[in-house]
Amino acid sequence: MKFTTLVSATAIAVASTAFAGSAQARDQVQIAGSSTVLPYASIVAEAFGENTDFPTPVVESGGSSAGLKKFCTGVGENTIDIANASRKIKDSEIAACGEAGVKDIIEVQIGYDGIVFASQKDGPDFTAFTPSDIFNALGAKVLKDGEVIENPYNQWADFNADLPAVDIAAFIPGTKHGTREVFEEKVLVQGCEDTGALKAMVDGGMGEKDAEKACMVVRTDGKSVDIDGDYTETLARIDSNPNGIGVFGLAFYENNTDKLKVATMSGVAPSTETIAAGEYPVSRPLFFYIKKAHIGVIPGLKEYAQFFVSEEIAGPDGPLAQYGLVSDPELAATQASVEAEETMGK
Amino acid sequence: MTDTTLTQRAETQSAPAPLPFKSILEADALTRKRNAAEKRFKMYGIAAIAIGLFFLVALLWAILSNGLGAFSQTFIKVDVPLDRQQIEAAEKSVVKTSKYRAIIDGAFASELTKAGISTDIPTKGLEKLFSSGAAATVRDYVLANPGAIGSTVTFDLIASSRVDGYLKGRVKREDLAQDKNLDAAHLDLADQMEDAGILEKRFNWAFITGTDASDSRPEQAGIGASMVGSLFMMLVVLFLSLPIGVAASIYLEEFAPQNRFTDLIEVNISNLAAVPSIVFGILGLAVFIQFMHLPQSAPLVGGLVLTLMTLPTIIISTRASLKAVPPSIRDAALGVGASKMQSIFHHVLPLAMPGILTGTIIGLAQALGETAPLLLIGMVGFIASNFPDGVSAGFFSPNSAMPAQIYEWAKRADPAFYERAWGGIIVLLLFLMTMNIIAIILRRRFERRW
Repeated sequence: MKFTTLVSATAIAVASTAFAGSAQARDQVQIAGSSTVLPYASIVAEAFGENTDFPTPVVESGGSSAGLKKFCTGVGENTIDIANASRKIKDSEIAACGEAGVKDIIEVQIGYDGIVFASQKDGPDFTAFTPSDIFNALGAKVLKDGEVIENPYNQWADFNADLPAVDIAAFIPGTKHGTREVFEEKVLVQGCEDTGALKAMVDGGMGEKDAEKACMVVRTDGKSVDIDGDYTETLARIDSNPNGIGVFGLAFYENNTDKLKVATMSGVAPSTETIAAGEYPVSRPLFFYIKKAHIGVIPGLKEYAQFFVSEEIAGPDGPLAQYGLVSDPELAATQASVEAEETMGK
Repeated sequence: MTDTTLTQRAETQSAPAPLPFKSILEADALTRKRNAAEKRFKMYGIAAIAIGLFFLVALLWAILSNGLGAFSQTFIKVDVPLDRQQIEAAEKSVVKTSKYRAIIDGAFASELTKAGISTDIPTKGLEKLFSSGAAATVRDYVLANPGAIGSTVTFDLIASSRVDGYLKGRVKREDLAQDKNLDAAHLDLADQMEDAGILEKRFNWAFITGTDASDSRPEQAGIGASMVGSLFMMLVVLFLSLPIGVAASIYLEEFAPQNRFTDLIEVNISNLAAVPSIVFGILGLAVFIQFMHLPQSAPLVGGLVLTLMTLPTIIISTRASLKAVPPSIRDAALGVGASKMQSIFHHVLPLAMPGILTGTIIGLAQALGETAPLLLIGMVGFIASNFPDGVSAGFFSPNSAMPAQIYEWAKRADPAFYERAWGGIIVLLLFLMTMNIIAIILRRRFERRW
């Protein structure tokens, strides 16, 4: 019948184009990974498309871990070429990559990103924090009167009279974010050490490692809220809660200075300068990882990496620094290693 | 015996006190109670509708007040002298567009002097007024018209998102105190430029026809490329789910024997209609990308995934409209000697068509607004930055879809992207409304009653 022939014709047509298409070579670079690196990667991708004859690379987000997992699924045109990450690749991930056949990985450090603590612009005076303040406010167990006890504090002024007497409400990145790791290591553990809670825990018979882990545990009585979404969600929560403190990336804060005010950390105000100088304590390096096997197969892959780390893009006067990336003082070394396609672990 | 019954009846009739005379025009207590209950119920209904309307108005108000800004855009008119030496020098550098920015800055400074505007801002600082995409506009023009080198060309260049926000009332002077992207002095300059006619706010066609832009230039972002992505996905959905869905429902409704197996299929189709769409995304990732090796982020894969999602809707609505065709029509056709297939294709299917099409359009509208499955097959991100260069590329080269693009914009740091997200919602709503109106018209025009 007419109708049935139409059905089978469409089915055949769709199926044949599908297989013809999968045989087609991919001509643009595909990137996935950290949502912190995404803005930078998209700026570079756009400029790369504008300034070269290669098509604009495709950049997906989804988080460092998700990106690296995708990166490690294997080699071939249906896998991504580059994974963006806001932390270093883990040994377990390298092993997983190796099992799937992704043996040669090029690591590229693109610069540093600062993590800032900000609150509503017209809210209480949260202008200066130390890691100890954050630990006392958010830690599950803190040191009080020489004893490690469940966190008894309800207000910031309870442990530091210089801070406003308002209820503690903090919005911190959820555990799937790379930012959380930095927050735990550079703020919570540091605060734990500074307040003496770490020492008290070790003296109380805990191992060093276990004590550090205990320091990273955040209180669960609702005063600290994990935000699994993006910074826009944290911003919305701060917007509706004048007493709230949020954790943001420096670049995000700099784009929303009309709504947020930033607090100093140990007396240092966050800025690209203080982070580059190593004075602002809460910062972390950003990376991307390239599959070496794809260089020469996917057009423009190496050119993209070289373009990314070039002085005009990732340098202190480039568009990335303009957006909020703290440029890496060792950029020249990175350029050389990309040029030589140096892989990890060699 | 008749006597006793009669007397008994008379007794029972006379036993209760005679009812007081009542006009039927006057409601008694019970009637009044019933009427009151009815009135109350009507009030509940009206209240429910009023609440619904209130939320609809609030929603539309939020969408329009936040999103209409995306449809206008600030432009700066600049005469740019295209000097051969400068252009050749720019073309030699790695990041050519940054050199073009310097050309624009110089041209703009002399433009200001010509208009009689003096400013304390150094020439380098003037570039904060422009989008970083302005340089690409000039470069693209030069590459397309090499003959223009040496002459002076008037460009309408996009202003930066902060300047644009200032003209739309989103950015205030006091907001800029901590902002390193723009100073209040720039805004004073913008006021003067507006008076001199250099700065102008216009309808923003680029928002409807343009492509996605990176985080540093929200002013350049448009929904056009993702609209094309959605279009290709809808083509796939339409051409797969309509034939498959209609064939499946005709078989199930007209030919299939009633047994346990077909019952099982029926139950499963109903269940599939209720499966969360993200599940189809996971399935699509596993089957189409990892097993069949179809390209990632491709509208073809998105369309296939959405087809799976739409199929149950189409099958259910098709079966309902096939059922609604009276059996007398089938019997009449069979009675004059038509085969079963002829009776279906010549008589039943045409009569059921309006219902089938309505169901299909509603299924498509649902698929058009879907984001969740697209997350997993890589269609969310900085993707819709190129228009596909052909029909085949439209299916295979990476693209996004309208709802995915809106989601992406809503996540980005610059508040100007937030405005774009709301603007994108307006565009998407217009599409959905058009589709629903077509469905209503089809139903009204072709529906038959028996």
